Amino acid sequence: MKDVIIGIPIQWYIYLSVALFCIGVLGVLFRRNAIIIFMCVELMLNAVNLLMVAFSRYFGDTGGQVFVFFVMVVAAAEVAVGLAILMMIYRNTKSTDIDALNRLKW
Amino acid sequence: MLLSQYLFFFLSFVAVLSALMVILDKNPVHSVLYLVITFFAIAAHYLILNAQFLAVVHIIVYAGAIMVLFLYVIMMLNLNKDIEPHKKNIPKIAAVISAGVLMMAFVALLKDAEVSMLPAARNSNIGLIDSLGKVLFREYMLPFEISSILFLSAMVGAVLLSKKEIN
Repeated sequence: MKDVIIGIPIQWYIYLSVALFCIGVLGVLFRRNAIIIFMCVELMLNAVNLLMVAFSRYFGDTGGQVFVFFVMVVAAAEVAVGLAILMMIYRNTKSTDIDALNRLKW
Repeated sequence: MLLSQYLFFFLSFVAVLSALMVILDKNPVHSVLYLVITFFAIAAHYLILNAQFLAVVHIIVYAGAIMVLFLYVIMMLNLNKDIEPHKKNIPKIAAVISAGVLMMAFVALLKDAEVSMLPAARNSNIGLIDSLGKVLFREYMLPFEISSILFLSAMVGAVLLSKKEIN
């Protein structure tokens, strides 16, 4: 297979991952809807995944891609449990606003 | 400029723009759809990086399973309207400033990193399913099995949490 990667320095992938990660952080801080916050966490995980795949490609090491596989496993489990918790919160407070949970302070 | 560089810039533009739309759009359903676009752009990046197996798994797991789960929850909770109460301005400004400071810190740290001259490795077949499968089932056998236990416990937890309480 022809190499498509030639001509793309790894710095570009680093900056792309930084941009996606910071957009995820911004979303977690910016929004109040808990579902959107979950989605931004997924976005951050994907930024890290992209960086790991890029490094594993540039170093020629398979370990990075196996780790991305395990990160996907953890993300899927996290989403299943997180959305179940969210459903339970909605059943009790009738909203997905995270400010409705400020009684969890202590 | 090479064709691959154009491809990289186009995909990065799509990914970053739709990621921004995820957090700027008021409608949660639109946010989910924009996130699906971001995931497809990232999957195309995986293809550029010659990681075909991960690209396919990424589309199946994220666009196929996780995002459908999000959509179902949004529709079950009937949140597909703009009901998010408006935040005050000060937390929004603080959020933008802290995310911007984080990004500046990352860029300043990585600006002088000594990876810029790193040539692409000659072995480009590491992302194919046969080499990945050999590594996964030889060196990473134990984590692979443990992740199945993680899935089982997550499944039990999700069922337990979403069950209605019977008083």
